[in-house]
Parts: sequence; structure tokens; C-alpha cells
Amino acid sequence: MDFSTLIQILDSTLRLATPLLLACLAGLFSERSGIFDIGLEAKMLVAAFFSAAFAYSTGSVWIGLLAGIAASMVFALIHGVASITFRGNQLISGVALNFLASGMTVLVAQSWFQQGGRTPSLIGGARFEPITLPFADAVRDVPFLGPLYSDLLSGHSILVYVALLAVPATWWVLYRTRFGLRLRAVGENPAAVDTAGVSVIGLRFAAIGIAGLLCGIAGAYLATGLQAGFVKDMTAGRGYIALAALIFAKWRPWYALGACLLFGLLQALSLRTDVVDAIFPFKMPVQLLDSLPYILTVVILAGFVGKAIPPRAGGTPYVKER
Amino acid sequence: MDVMPKWADVVLVPVISLILAMVISALVILAIGEDPWAALKLMVQGSLGSTYGWGYTLYYATNFVFTGLAVSIAFHASMFNIGGEGQATLGGLGVALVCLAVPWPHWALALPAAMVGGMVFGAAWAAIPAYLAAKRGSHIVITTIMFNFIGAAVLNYMLVNVLRPTGSMDPATAKFPPGTNLPTLHEMLAPFGISFSKSAPANISFLIALLACFLLWLLIWRTRFGFELRAFGKSESGAIYAGIRPTKIIMGSMLISGALAGLMAINTVQGEAERLVLNSVEGAGFIGIAVALMGRSHPLGVLIAAILFGFLYQGGAELALWTTIPRELIVVIQGLVILFTGALDNMVRMPVEKVFLRLRRSNNGAGE
Amino acid sequence: MKDMAGTADQPSGAPPNAPAAIELRGISKAFGPVQANKDITLKVAKGAIHGIIGENGAGKSTLMSILYGFYKADSGEILINGQPTEIPDSQAAIAAGIGMVFQHFKLVENFSVLENVVLGAEDGALLKPSLSKARKQLTQIAEEYEMNVDPDALIEDIGVGMQQRVEILKSLYRHADILILDEPTGVLTPAEADHLFRILRGLRDEGKTIILITHKLREIMEVTDTVSVMRRGEMTATVKTAETSPEQLAELMVGRKVLLRVDKKPAHPGATVLKVEDLRVVDEDKVERLRGISFEVRAGEILGIAGVAGNGQSEVLQVLGGITTATGSVQINGNEIDLTGKHSDGRSRRERGIAHVPEDRQRQGLIMDFAAWENMAFGYQWDPDYNHGLLMDNAGLKRETEGKMERFDVRPPHGHLAAKNFSGGNQQKIVLAREIERNPDLLLVGQPTRGVDIGAIEFIHQRIIELRDAGKAILLVSVELEEIMGMSDRIAVMFDGRIMGERLPAETNEGELGLLMAGITNDSGANEGAA
Repeated sequence: MDFSTLIQILDSTLRLATPLLLACLAGLFSERSGIFDIGLEAKMLVAAFFSAAFAYSTGSVWIGLLAGIAASMVFALIHGVASITFRGNQLISGVALNFLASGMTVLVAQSWFQQGGRTPSLIGGARFEPITLPFADAVRDVPFLGPLYSDLLSGHSILVYVALLAVPATWWVLYRTRFGLRLRAVGENPAAVDTAGVSVIGLRFAAIGIAGLLCGIAGAYLATGLQAGFVKDMTAGRGYIALAALIFAKWRPWYALGACLLFGLLQALSLRTDVVDAIFPFKMPVQLLDSLPYILTVVILAGFVGKAIPPRAGGTPYVKER
Repeated sequence: MDVMPKWADVVLVPVISLILAMVISALVILAIGEDPWAALKLMVQGSLGSTYGWGYTLYYATNFVFTGLAVSIAFHASMFNIGGEGQATLGGLGVALVCLAVPWPHWALALPAAMVGGMVFGAAWAAIPAYLAAKRGSHIVITTIMFNFIGAAVLNYMLVNVLRPTGSMDPATAKFPPGTNLPTLHEMLAPFGISFSKSAPANISFLIALLACFLLWLLIWRTRFGFELRAFGKSESGAIYAGIRPTKIIMGSMLISGALAGLMAINTVQGEAERLVLNSVEGAGFIGIAVALMGRSHPLGVLIAAILFGFLYQGGAELALWTTIPRELIVVIQGLVILFTGALDNMVRMPVEKVFLRLRRSNNGAGE
Repeated sequence: MKDMAGTADQPSGAPPNAPAAIELRGISKAFGPVQANKDITLKVAKGAIHGIIGENGAGKSTLMSILYGFYKADSGEILINGQPTEIPDSQAAIAAGIGMVFQHFKLVENFSVLENVVLGAEDGALLKPSLSKARKQLTQIAEEYEMNVDPDALIEDIGVGMQQRVEILKSLYRHADILILDEPTGVLTPAEADHLFRILRGLRDEGKTIILITHKLREIMEVTDTVSVMRRGEMTATVKTAETSPEQLAELMVGRKVLLRVDKKPAHPGATVLKVEDLRVVDEDKVERLRGISFEVRAGEILGIAGVAGNGQSEVLQVLGGITTATGSVQINGNEIDLTGKHSDGRSRRERGIAHVPEDRQRQGLIMDFAAWENMAFGYQWDPDYNHGLLMDNAGLKRETEGKMERFDVRPPHGHLAAKNFSGGNQQKIVLAREIERNPDLLLVGQPTRGVDIGAIEFIHQRIIELRDAGKAILLVSVELEEIMGMSDRIAVMFDGRIMGERLPAETNEGELGLLMAGITNDSGANEGAA
């Protein structure tokens, strides 16, 4: 495998890792506040559809992005009402939303566009175009570092950079702000937050709102950046992979970046079977490559490679004890 | 004292939730420019109006009984087995391997063997998450989700690389030998002079599903293991005090759960397709969650909920055939049912409890 | 309300006619059908330590939770320093100068002391300035009240006494003038409790008002200026501590004269039933909870184990009940039993004739959602008598339950009701009926009367003594010294996973036991002690 192939694979890794990373950070906010979220998939999917639909109808990808975020936030709100306000089972709520999104997007797409549950292809301003970073063309010929900058880092849509910047931003919010302190506290012991005079419900809704925002961007990227339009079930389990990455990262932002890049790489490799065959001395089944994120997560969950300890109050609705 | 009488808990609350889900579904149909009342009539006509419709409704219901029971037994042990999909997928593999292994002379021999194959493979796929939950404290929901994906990959690999007949481009096994073909309701009812649609896929598996309902009821409420399972599900610390070993319950409940999910394959793989294809489960594993929630994890409730979902599935297919409403409407309804009967249970329950509390207060007031 | 001394007078020190720090008027609160607080009226003078005493479930904690904005009262009025004040949430309570130390601490375990103190009282959106400012103030407050803590220590790494201090510091950091402490000594040794009381007196002398909720008469007498008594959700009296006696308070608490003594004949101990040698337990965190203890219980005697909660008594019960694994040696009637592995669980113990009334009946002894008749088989579901081949004999169980409920006076005597629908005392009777009617060789009993009404307490004590008189061995664990003194034929005192000594009830007193409970033996020549 030569250097340019490597750059190609890494470039594709970065693209594929972007929706995972955004969804993973969404899950991080939600779960750090004590709300399990297996509905990441749902939020991404509705965002993907509505961003594509609005981008197509208005011709503006930015309006599409906003629509996607709004749709994702609505789903986040339903999850919040079910699991925070009515103290329902967070896992069941997530499962329900995943179904709702999967069916609803096709239903609406069909009645809106009559194209068998997909949106028309997006062109021009209805898509996020690649951005060329400053000096990308100038430094291309510098050996090694040049292609790394010009071909790997440069030339992605703006949302890729948003996702990358979201990592330090998440870290900073979590560990350097009052909101972050309270967020971490409410996921560990909501009673401590409540008795300290801070609203548990408010904090958790805020966290879920952020999760909605990030999933919205992730979904919009899928439909308007990575691909050009919405197709049925286009998230293809990415929400679950993001969840796996979150566990893999032990609910920490920088580790999340690492986990998502790793899982992105696996996805990139499974698209390039020629490369896979070249790397491995034996015939590597592509199915094994596909399921590696899940297998790795199970290994982590089993505690064979360090223990993944979730936020202590995760999954349990907060009830003031008598 | 309990605030509500038992019937309100097991019947009234789920029925109200169901009505809410239906009302919203109707609004969805209205929003996409169709008439919900006409749609309902079409669904009823298409799924219950003929033996052909019934044949499909019961065929789907059979799948949902198995997966619904699978989720239910795990629920009783306080385990959320979200991996029915993967376990049913592997169950299909087990059934297919059994059916293809021997030139079976008669279905009466092939069926028990295939049942064992499906159950063993389904249980095996639940065994690893169960073991990790019991011994390593891994979260069963996450591990079973992961195993759904791994299971899909395993099946994909097996069909593409191992089981596909040479020369075929289709990722599917060869047709099973005729000796494995199960009697359909048409064939079973004919001797009694009842004519039943010949082309509907409902088969003898439906009776096995009924039997499974009864046996599971017996297991949960009449046996020592059921007693221990329910005790563990209500209070793990209590169970340990009573000398009930958590490992035994976690493994036992999950193995039974996986076996039930795997058993579904006798209906789809052996009964209907008569070969193993990709995605033969078609989401039935997940529908089991909705069925278990609506049926309150009681085998009788599961049976009723499964038939209801069978109706939805067949009705939805008819809708897609005759109107512009896509089949995905069922998925929406399914999501709404899970949302209302599961996650939003308190939203319905709390007002109902208030009504009962007020009723009791006013009764007491009159008595004094 | 039975007005004993009118409203308590101002203690010396506060100016006369100053408004009360707290005044509650007609507070009522119901949880569903349960009336937790009924028309409560209370005045607490500024700069006083005011005790609120009552049995478990009398409504003390509910009342204070209302004052702290944790629950909303159904009706009534709260006045702080004479001003009518709405307290819809804890935020409002903090703003009104109220701080509360809950029975179960509200701390974030993997946060530092400093982060816990700052949480909810930060200065701005950024953390760093808040933390450095708080660090300074915390040091100052800690010095002022002699409460040394390491601001950077993680909560999970410090002891309960220290955690409690963090809770108090949290309130002081928020400038609380009124401090409520809910059962603060439950987890403390007598010496730690004394230290706490010194801190509380110091705070009072600084002008803070303190409300101390407890069910322990000794603490009320020792540290409070005035005391209110609650019973069944009502405030029955408010009196000056100096003008009352423990006997009078006890009577007010339970509504009638209480027999604090248990009637029993002298024991006639027989052969050794239980012999424990060098028992050791190491918990998940590698902490040694039992550090090699040895004792015996003989037929026809009650061995009582006294100690502050958390000093290893629970582990003794759990090991003997087959819940926890251990090393060492345990013999029943001369036969060694397995302490680890396949043959060490609740069932194997029961088969050896050990019955167990656990400390926590709601989390262990009963399945709250199971019917009473199912609970009567709980732990014995494997018994051939309860099974017909593969199936359980539910009809037989129901029949048998009727008799047991009658003999143990369980009310209402309806076997089909779920355990959660019975009162605490009746729940405990269900557990006792199940365990005693097995006619065990050894009965393990943990906190037999915790959360049980007075009438049931006498009944439960009698039944345990009857079993003793029938020649059975009984191991009793209780944190109530009075119960230990009244019931036991011999008393072993535990501290920090060890048995500090054995005493005969007739030859000891609460003072001596209190010292042992604090880990102080006579020969170590300690000069600090419990009252």
C-alpha cells in the first residue's frame, strides 16, 4: 500500500468518523447527565431526512441544517418528556424513537417527494461543499506533511471541522465550566444537585437538548455532506456504533475522538477490500471488519481491557426519596 | 394499599395507551392526505376479512408470540433482552442447518429436530451476553444490541461464503428437502371440512406458539424456577438472601429467552420460505419488545398483543398494496405503541391513578 | 396539639420578643393515601438547638424536607425570622438561609470535597475562579469551627464522619443560619457523635439555629435546648429539655407508658449450637470488614451483638446467612459449614437449620410485590413440602399461610395481599412467622424492631424469647442498645470488624457498652467516653 492510498483511506476515515463523533458526543452529554440514549440513531435519521428535504426544497443547505437540527431536537424532547418528566424507561423510549424515526422518515418522504421514500439528489448549494484550507495548494508539494495537510486535513465540508472542534469544546464545557460540573454531578448523584438548589430536570433537559443539537448536525452531515440526499435507513446503525464508541471511550471526550476515528477507519477499510486483502496475509472476511466495532465494545464491556464504568445515576429516573 | 385495582393496571392502562397510539397514527395518515377510517376498514378487510388474510395475520402473530415471550421471560427476571433479532437470526441458521443436514423423510421428524436446532442456536447467541452480565456485570442491553449486529454479520458470512449453493448469486441457502415442509393451516383444517386459504403461510408453528404460551405461563407462575426468577426480577438483594443464585437466574432466563426467539425460525424459515435468506427475521425480534410491553409480560397478554401486531402487519401490507400509504406505517405504529405502553406508561397511569384515588375517597366519605 | 409548656420560651442569649427563626403554621402533607404530616405547628427560637423526636415514620423527616423545599406541603405556612416565606424548592430554602444535612448524604462520590461544596453555589459560569475562592473560604470556615477537611480529597476516599462534616460545611458555605440535621448520629460512634455535638454547640454560640432530628432520647437530653415530639404525623408537644425527662418524652412519643424492659426468665443454656472461629470478610474494595472474630451461641440462649452500624455486625449475619463469603471456621452442632463456593448460599444454610430474619426486610426478607403466601415460602421454595413434582403446591401454601398469619397476629390476615400493603410491623411478623415456624436450630435476627410500631415490638420480642425457651440458639444484632440490653443473655460488642468484649447484661451498663462500641477497652485507659 503506498502513501497516497494511505492518505485516501485516512481521508475517508475522517469523513466516516464525523457522524460517529458528533453522535458520540451527543450521547456523552446525555449519558453524563444520567439519561441513557439508545435513540441516537433516531435523531440522526430524522435530521438526515429533514435536512435533505429542506435543503432540496429551499436550495439552501444551511436551512436544511437548521431543519435537521430542529427535527432532532423534537425527538430529543420526546425522549426527555418520556424519561425525565414521566420517569419512563429510558431504554424503551430510545427503542420506540428508533422505530418512529425509521418509519416516519420514509412515510413523510414518500408523501412529500413520491420517490419511494427518498429525497431527490441534492446539487449545488443544497449540499455542503468541501472547503480548501488556507495554503492547501501551496504546501501540497512539501514531502509527507504536504499531502497530509492538503489532501487529508483540507478539503472537507465545514461540518467535519465542526465535529473535530466539538471535541475540545466538549472537554472544556465538561471540566472547566459551572454547567459541566453540574452536568457531571447530576449523572452521578442527582440528589446532590437537587439539594444544592439546582434543578435536576432543567440540567437533564439541557443535556438532552445538546444531544439533539449534535445529532442534528450529524444527521445533516450524512445527508448533505457525506452523501447527496436522504435514503431509507441511511444511518445504517451509526447511532449504535456511536454508542459503542461512547462506551469504548469510557464517556470521555478525547477518548471519544480516538474511538470514533478507530471505528471510522474500520468502516473505511471495509469499503476498500482491495486494501484489506493487501494488508492481511489471510482472507479477511469483510463481515468481520464490519462487526469489529461491536466485538471490541463487547470486549470492553466484559471488562477484559479496563473497566467501563458508566455514570452512576445513568438509566434511573430521579425520584425524590421519601 | 394499591391505588388501582388490578384490572385497571393490566387492562385499562394498556388499552388507553393503545388508543393514544392509534389516534396519533390516524393523525399521521390524515397528515399524508389519506383517510384514516378508510385505511382502518381496508386493514380489517385485508387481514381479517378472509381466510387468506387470517392466514397471514396468524403467520405474523406466530413470530411475534415467540419473540414477545422471549422478551417477557427476560423482563420477569428484570433483564432487558433487546437481542431477540440476533437470536432469531441465529435460530434461523440453526433451523436451516438441521433442515439441510439430512434428507428428512417426514416433517414430523424434521420439526422437532429443527426446533432443537433453532432453540440451541438462539440460546447460544444469548448465552454470551448473559454470561458477561452474570459474571462481569456487563450491561445486557448494550451487549445484546452489539450481538444483533454481530449476528447479522455471521449470517451474512455464512450465506455468502458457506451455505450458498455453487453457481447461485443469491445470498441464500438451497431449498430445503420436501420432507421438512410443514403442514399449513390449509392442510391441517381440510380433514375437518374447513376450507382455509391455500396460499397463506400460517402453519403448524402457530400451534407450537400457543403451546409455548401455556408452557411459559406454567414455568413463570407454577414452578420453583419461575418463583425464583420472579423473585430475582423484583429484588436481587432479596433473591440472594433467599439463596437464589443470580448466575442461575440470569443464565436461565436469557437462555430460555434466546431459545424462544430462535424458535421463531421454524415459522419463517422452515414454514414459509423453506430456505434461509438474509433478513428472514424482518424486525420481529424488535416487535417482541412492543408485544411484551403491551401484553404486560403475561403469556396471554403476549398472545393477544401478537395477534394485534399480526393484524397490523398484514393490514399494513394491504394498505401498501391498495393505497399510497407505505408499509413503513406499521413501523411508525409500532414505535408509537412502544412509546405509549412502555416509555410513557406513567403519563397514562398517573391520571388514571388519580381518578381511582378520588373515587375511593368519595366512596369512603359516603361510608362514614 | 397537647400543649405542655406553651411554645418554648426564648433561650437565654437571644433578645426577648425577637421573632422565631422558624415558625410553621398548620403544615399538612399526604403521600397518596398516607397522611405524613397533619396540621403541624412549630416555633423554633433563634440561636437554639431544637430537637425533634419521634418514632420511625412519625413524619419528622417529611416535615424537615418540606422546610427544605424538597416536598411541597399540601397546606400551611412557613415563616422565617417572622417573614412568611414560600419554599417551593431547595433553592428557595438556601436563599432563606436554611441548610440541611440529610440522613443519607447528598454528595457526589467521585468529586472532591471542594467540588461538592461549590456545586450549586458557584460564582460564575467558569469553574476556576469559583474553586479558588471557595478554597479560601472553606479553609476559613473549617478553622473557625474546628472542622478540618482536605479540600482535594475525593468523597469516596473519606470516612462517614468526614463526609458529614462536608455536608455541614456545604451549608455554612451557603451562609446558612438555620441548620437541620436528620438522624446525624446513626452512622457515628459515640465519640464521633460527641464531636459532632461540640460542633453544633459551637455553631449555636455563633448565633446559628439548629434543628436536630433523632429517635434517640439520649441525644435529645444531651444537646438540645428545646424539644418537640412527633407521633403519627402530628406534633404532640414542645417542651424545654431541662424541664422534661426521658420517660416523659418516651411516653409522648408512643402515646402511652412504655415497658422499656423485656419480661423474660433466666436462660438455661445447653450444648453449643454455633461455633465461630477466626471469621474474616474482605469486601469488594479489599477492605477487611471482619478481622478474625470468634464466638459461640448455645442452645437456649440469646447472644446479642451491639455496635454502631457498619462495624461488621451486618457481615456476621450475612456470612452466617450464606449471603457473603468468608474465611475462617463456622460449625453448626459440631459440623463444619462451607463459607465459600457452591455449598455456601442461603439455601444450604437453611438446610442446616439456620433461619435468618434479615436486617432489611424490604430489600431482603420479603419480595414486596409478592403476595403474603408467596413470601411465606420465600427462601424455602425448594422444600419438598411446597412442591408437587415439577410444580409448586400453591394451594397448600395458601392454606398454610392462613395458619401462620393467625398465629403471628398478622393484620389484615389476607394471604393474597402483596407484602408492600402491610405495615412495617406486620411485614416483620410475616418474616418471623416464616422463619420461626421452620423450627430452626439457630435463628439469626437483625434489627428485629426497626421501623416497627410499639405494639408489635413487644409481640416480636416475646416470640423470639419463646423460641429461646424452646431450647433454640439465637443470635441477635441490633443497633438499639436498649433492645440488646433487654433481650440478650450475653452481649458481644463489635467495633471495626472485631469483638471488643463480651459482657453479661446484669453486670454492665450502657456507659461501658458505649465505650466498647467506640473501640475503647478498659485496659486501653481512654478518658473520652460516651455518656
